[in-house]
Amino acid sequence: MKRIFSITVENEAGVLSRVANLFSARGYNIESLNVAPINEENLSRMTIVTEGDEAILEQIGKQLNKLIDTIKVTEFGDVPFVEREMALIKMHTDLGTRAEVLRIVDIFRGKVVDVSPDSYTIEVTGDSGKIDAILSLLEPLGIKELARTGKVAMIRENKK
Amino acid sequence: MKLTGSQIFLESLKKEKVEYIFGIPGGAIIDLHDEIYKQDDINFILTRHEQAAVHAADGYARSSGKPGVALLTSGPGATNGITGIATAYMDSIPLIVFTGQVPTPLIGNDAFQEADIVGMTRSCTKYNFLVKDAKDLARIIKKAFYIATTGRPGPVLIDFPKDVQVAKAEFSYPETIHLRGYNPTYHGNLKQIKKVVKAIASAKKPLLYVGGGTILSNASDELRKLAQKLRIPVFTTLMGIGAYPEDDDLSLGMAGMHGTYRANMAIQYCDLLISVGARFDDRITGKVSEFAPNAKVVHIDIDPTSISKNIHVDYPLVGDVKLVLKEMLPMFDEYNHVDWNEVRKQWFEQINKWKNEHKLAYEKEKKEILPQYVIEKLCEITKDDDPVITTEVGQHQMWVAQFYTFTKPRRFLTSGGLGTMGYGFPAGIGAQFAYPDKPVFVFAGDGSFQMNEQELATLIAYDKPVKVIILNNGFLGMVRQWQDLFYGKRYAATDIEVQPDFVKLAESYGIKARQIRKKSEVEEALIEMKEHKGPYILDAVIDREENVYPMVPAGAAISNMLLT
Ligand SMILES: Cc1ncc(C[n+]2csc(CCOP(=O)(O)OP(=O)(O)O)c2C)c(N)n1
Repeated sequence: MKRIFSITVENEAGVLSRVANLFSARGYNIESLNVAPINEENLSRMTIVTEGDEAILEQIGKQLNKLIDTIKVTEFGDVPFVEREMALIKMHTDLGTRAEVLRIVDIFRGKVVDVSPDSYTIEVTGDSGKIDAILSLLEPLGIKELARTGKVAMIRENKK
Repeated sequence: MKLTGSQIFLESLKKEKVEYIFGIPGGAIIDLHDEIYKQDDINFILTRHEQAAVHAADGYARSSGKPGVALLTSGPGATNGITGIATAYMDSIPLIVFTGQVPTPLIGNDAFQEADIVGMTRSCTKYNFLVKDAKDLARIIKKAFYIATTGRPGPVLIDFPKDVQVAKAEFSYPETIHLRGYNPTYHGNLKQIKKVVKAIASAKKPLLYVGGGTILSNASDELRKLAQKLRIPVFTTLMGIGAYPEDDDLSLGMAGMHGTYRANMAIQYCDLLISVGARFDDRITGKVSEFAPNAKVVHIDIDPTSISKNIHVDYPLVGDVKLVLKEMLPMFDEYNHVDWNEVRKQWFEQINKWKNEHKLAYEKEKKEILPQYVIEKLCEITKDDDPVITTEVGQHQMWVAQFYTFTKPRRFLTSGGLGTMGYGFPAGIGAQFAYPDKPVFVFAGDGSFQMNEQELATLIAYDKPVKVIILNNGFLGMVRQWQDLFYGKRYAATDIEVQPDFVKLAESYGIKARQIRKKSEVEEALIEMKEHKGPYILDAVIDREENVYPMVPAGAAISNMLLT
């Protein structure tokens, strides 16, 4: 089972290492991890995608909560939430493939952010399914380099 | 007024009412030592190895209930301390360990005696700090004591660079501290407490499972009231020994791998297992899928991560054991009309039967010394002295757990979670500092004793009357026992007959010592030791191949005991 944990942490030296340690010392897997400061002073948000059975996920949640630098842990399981990920994809291009690449980028509402005689660099944002989908279409056309941010997530507000 | 980092360090420790700091000096903490030298409020206790310093601070903490403090130099001083820190971490013991560090501009340069001790100890401390600025120091020390002693206690490390020790800053010690990410739950959820009360009151065969958390939270009185009011039998873990008086008729002694037959059987047949400050360690549960198969489980613990970690819990109850039990006790008043002895009649009949089967025993007719006999005898002759007993790790540790009758908390100190050989002797020294007037006895194996025997010097230097009984079998006995039972008696690397003459060794430090080999000498030698004013080493040469029974093979069900 996959689970996204979003944790608000003190922006202290060593926090990332404490979180990473928690996973490695207990043999839990981190699929992706993303950290950046948020708009409150000295706080950061980490978004961690991990996998395990219910018991392991429960332990992970508790262990994250137990860290002294953790202010808040949110689990994205049953509640409706938005998740996004961004990817930068550098494509080999030539006269034969350019048009096709552009068409795919267009369908996925991506952007070409850098161009050279034999490459395009594409930016695309969406949920992980969308990123996976564009990658599978671009793959046969020759991906040169790929960078994904890993997920960030937020709970949807109640629409009433 | 501005003070140097070193002065702030000392003034802060005074505010925390620290009496003793254990450690060894070095270049990176020489300024701190210079400041310690100039005053008399806090005593520095010089050990002969940093591991021993941390264990001594730990022994001080376990026996007194106050946090222990150690001060180690950078690099090798700090790394030598890690085993002590990890030992305290596994048993949730409050320590504050200060380490010297190279000057801040040199950190990360592989400077002389630099070690990334903050990185190295991240997984064996409750929290750790690097002090980058003298103006942060007082707050960091306050936080360290707060974190170490509250919630589930544990060791906290403060890495203290040399330049920060001499830098000046304004000193004011915070009265209180708030950490927004750290708010332990002390009071149990009322609804949940009510559910647990109901479950306990309606159980036919309840059983109390008492761990070290009960001692850490000073909850022995509340535990005794609960057990006696409701007539619930009690077993403890190794760490819980002393939380409940073992001479009480409700006590089943210790359970687990080397637990009593009656306690292990009771686990398998109880219908409600009430865990109080314990953590379902594999040495207690044996094969998890066959543990307490007939029981619903109540788990009271301050650490939510302990609950449902190893086994399914039906009634989780997060909170401080003492407070939770206090809140719970009056709720049983509505059952005052119930005659619990009557309700539990069948349960006690069953338990009494187990009590009389497969009692802890040893061969009484032997002329050689059996370790169990030595322990029982010491228990007999020290009954009225309220001694502190520490152990090393191995067979002798289990025999002490089985054959010494403990009736009070904080009187039995042992490394449970990490199982650190070399713990017991320095921990005994630490306990003697906490209780200058109480007798302290260390039970050691000959193997373990050699891991920190250099601390004989510390005994003499501070004139501490710690008594050490070496149960000397010339083997790394516990490992040999496994080889005996499960590895076809192939005693690979466990024969340690090559050993010092412990009597001469002790005497070379100026410590009185004696060796005994016959059962007939035991009682008289123990009395001589007890009555001797100073430290004393008794080398009791025991039957070499005596084994600890019962024994549950690792990974087997807890009722699957080898009995002889
Ligand atoms: C530091 C450390 N190293 C190794 C072990 C593994 N070990 C567990 S018990 C034991 C033998 C202990 O021998 P001794 O102290 O003579 O006690 P005995 O079992 O003979 O009573 C060993 C080597 C350990 N627990 N701790």
